[in-house]
Amino acid sequence: MNRFWMPLLGSLFAAPAAHADWAVNLPVGVTDISAQTFDLHMFAFWICVGIGVVVFGAMIIAMFRFRKSQGVQPATWSHNTVAEIIWTVIPIVILLVLAIPTARALVEIEDTRGTEMSIKITGYQWKWHYEYIGEDVGFFSTLARASNEARRRGSNIDPKTVPNYLLDVDRPLVIPVDTKIRYLITANDVLHSWWMPAFAVKKDAVPGFINEGWFKVNEAGTYRGQCAEICGKDHGFMPVVVEVLSKKDYAAWLAAQKSGKAG
Amino acid sequence: MSATVADMHDSHDHHGPVHTGIKRWLFATNHKDIGTLYLVFALVMLFVGGLMALIIRAELFQPGLQFVDPDFFNQMTTMHALIMVFGMIMPAFAGFANWMIPMMIGAPDMALPRLNNWSFWLLPFAATLLVSTLFMPGGAPASGWTLYPPLVLQTGDAFPFAIFAIHLLGISSIMAAINIIVTILNLRTPSMSLLQMPMFVWSWLITAYLLILVMPVLAGGVTMLLMDQFFGTSFFEAAGGGDPVLFQHIFWFFGHPEVYIIILPAFGIISHVIPAFSRKPLFGHNAMVYATACIAFLSCVVWAHHMFTVGMPLAGQMFFMFATMLIAIPTGVKIFNWTATMWQGALTFETPMLFAIAFLFLFTIGGFTGVMMAMVPLDFQYHDSYFIVAHFHYVLVPGALFGAIAGCYFWLPKWTGHMYDERLGKIHFWLTTIFVNLTFFPQHFVGLAGMPRRIPDYAVQFTNFNMMSSIGAFGFGFSQLLLVYVIYKCVKGGAKATAEVWDNPEGLEWTVPSPAPYHTFEVPPVYTPRYGATH
Ligand code: HEM
Ligand SMILES: [Cu+2]
Ligand SMILES: [Cu+2]
Repeated sequence: MNRFWMPLLGSLFAAPAAHADWAVNLPVGVTDISAQTFDLHMFAFWICVGIGVVVFGAMIIAMFRFRKSQGVQPATWSHNTVAEIIWTVIPIVILLVLAIPTARALVEIEDTRGTEMSIKITGYQWKWHYEYIGEDVGFFSTLARASNEARRRGSNIDPKTVPNYLLDVDRPLVIPVDTKIRYLITANDVLHSWWMPAFAVKKDAVPGFINEGWFKVNEAGTYRGQCAEICGKDHGFMPVVVEVLSKKDYAAWLAAQKSGKAG
Repeated sequence: MSATVADMHDSHDHHGPVHTGIKRWLFATNHKDIGTLYLVFALVMLFVGGLMALIIRAELFQPGLQFVDPDFFNQMTTMHALIMVFGMIMPAFAGFANWMIPMMIGAPDMALPRLNNWSFWLLPFAATLLVSTLFMPGGAPASGWTLYPPLVLQTGDAFPFAIFAIHLLGISSIMAAINIIVTILNLRTPSMSLLQMPMFVWSWLITAYLLILVMPVLAGGVTMLLMDQFFGTSFFEAAGGGDPVLFQHIFWFFGHPEVYIIILPAFGIISHVIPAFSRKPLFGHNAMVYATACIAFLSCVVWAHHMFTVGMPLAGQMFFMFATMLIAIPTGVKIFNWTATMWQGALTFETPMLFAIAFLFLFTIGGFTGVMMAMVPLDFQYHDSYFIVAHFHYVLVPGALFGAIAGCYFWLPKWTGHMYDERLGKIHFWLTTIFVNLTFFPQHFVGLAGMPRRIPDYAVQFTNFNMMSSIGAFGFGFSQLLLVYVIYKCVKGGAKATAEVWDNPEGLEWTVPSPAPYHTFEVPPVYTPRYGATH
């Protein structure tokens, strides 16, 4: 009982924005593209707020000024060509203002030239496989054990006690910082989708086809995401975790992987 | 002329149904009876689909799995959506069409009454078949309502039954659409020109054409799934030369027009309610007709905005982005015209008007997120997250469903001859509106913060907003019991409604008594537009 109600009370009284529990927005992320996406998102958001103020404002004014209870006489007009032209043209202009920077960003996102290394991502029910192309290194990445135990029905383990519940894996994808990395993505069984919010990357894994894209991470660290395309019963349990190392650490990690394999 | 009417009095069952009891409904050919059947069916399905939603929201109340297993959870998300779309909202608007279109255009009935009977009676069987898949070995489809292969091909024994149910639902919709088109074009009173038709009739005429265009495409798509599963074809399997993404193109060629099939009739209803309670003609009637046609046309060329992440060429992404953004323009015209209709009117706020105003505000919020999602780089973040779930529930619940509820309160006195309980109606409105926002607004936040859709369990940082959402959902669900009670009470009795019901609203349906007699307009009425000829 307590376990059921305490979080509820907590949610009502906890100080907003005190921690990640109240995150309400996209992450700025750690790539140039993710930062640009965030800026576009905020731009679009504020434009919508602006339109909202005008449109909702007009509705609210109408609701207060033109009430029958105030004894107003209804008008009988039902046309106004000037107004109609204005409210057709202004949205066109606003949409162009939104569309132009968006198209520019999109061109940049799709520009896969000049990548420095390639990895291949394969979706399986329900794990990811990562392969470092040309390096003879590859491994599966599955939900971390602690999460996997806690998520069973009747496990009696409180998810709050599990570090990075559902967002942790046994072996993360390891990549170097400041490197333009091309990824090739496919699936082995059904559709999956590799989503890493901090990179603003989401790409479907389609069995029998290969999609490609790229990211270049500016900051070392560990980043977490999830499969975004429903792929069966454990769709919620195949996280995407990427560990970004300095170039030096990455080289050491890669060497260890290779020697581990050789040995 | 009076002689003819008198003759018909003698020769015809002028005052009531031929059959009584259950037979009245089984063999119904009267548009009002069939309209009632559709509406009651939709109301029942609202609770069946709603129950599934509450199972989903109960599981998502807090992290960890408390009530259901992941596979059953996926079955619930799939069935909830299929039932709400095909079993609830589409039949609800077909019910409004049956009741109101003949009365609005001065027709005696629907043009094809027996087809009408069949269109309706397919539905209970199709819905039962669909729900019964839950009890088959392997359970119901668990692929999401989008039925994407290869996952959907992992469905157990239920697979062909689910496909068959979808075929039946599609056939029912196509027949209803044919009937509506024929009725509008052939049975309209000769004195009403096409452009003079009320907005609800116009919306449905356009919707019906969309239905005829896209339902067969869905039927084709699901049949190809069936062939892949049982007859060794490989339309959607790369190993045999097919492509899983092809199904997505087919599905969304149906699916995007489908969302407008759902919303256009609601637009139509709102276009009646707002003028009635503003005591002022609809602003820009003809512009509204053109905007609706424009939306319908554009809705057929934007489907791939549901698939920006499948790996499309740059040119394709650009095309679908711009086309999608274009839809915002005619949609905006509609919002502005409704607002202009209220401007300098004399407003009162009876329950239908309250729902219509909430529709204006909340549908617009759904439109905003729609435009944001049309921007491809942003959609890479939003796609398949809870942000999408928030978007489409804003356009579907306070959008389409509020349109239906507004229509229900608006015409209930015409149907039953009694006024509904205004006080209860207002309480229902406030509960519904508060809870709908509590349910869906926080979903924007968790979506942006990274929560994917269609997951039975989530990372702990999403807990707070999910709890709010679940509380909202239960509140919303229970508030709808009040709607049932208000309807029940209104059918049973209440203050007598006049023919006009409201303050002199425009339209032929208000010229007949309340309750509307079993047969109306056996002789085409003379239609004179109130505000002079529209141009
Ligand atoms: C201004 C108008 C609108 C625009 C620009 C718009 C745009 C979009 C976009 C781009 C998506 C795909 C998002 C994604 O999956 O990444 C989407 C999803 C959706 N929209 Fe809208 N939309 C609009 C209005 C509507 C209306 C009126 C309805 C229905 C009443 C609707 C129902 C839906 C549904 C059901 C989905 C999700 C389908 C699914 O994936 O299961 N939308 N919308
Ligand atoms: Cu998945
Ligand atoms: Cu769409």
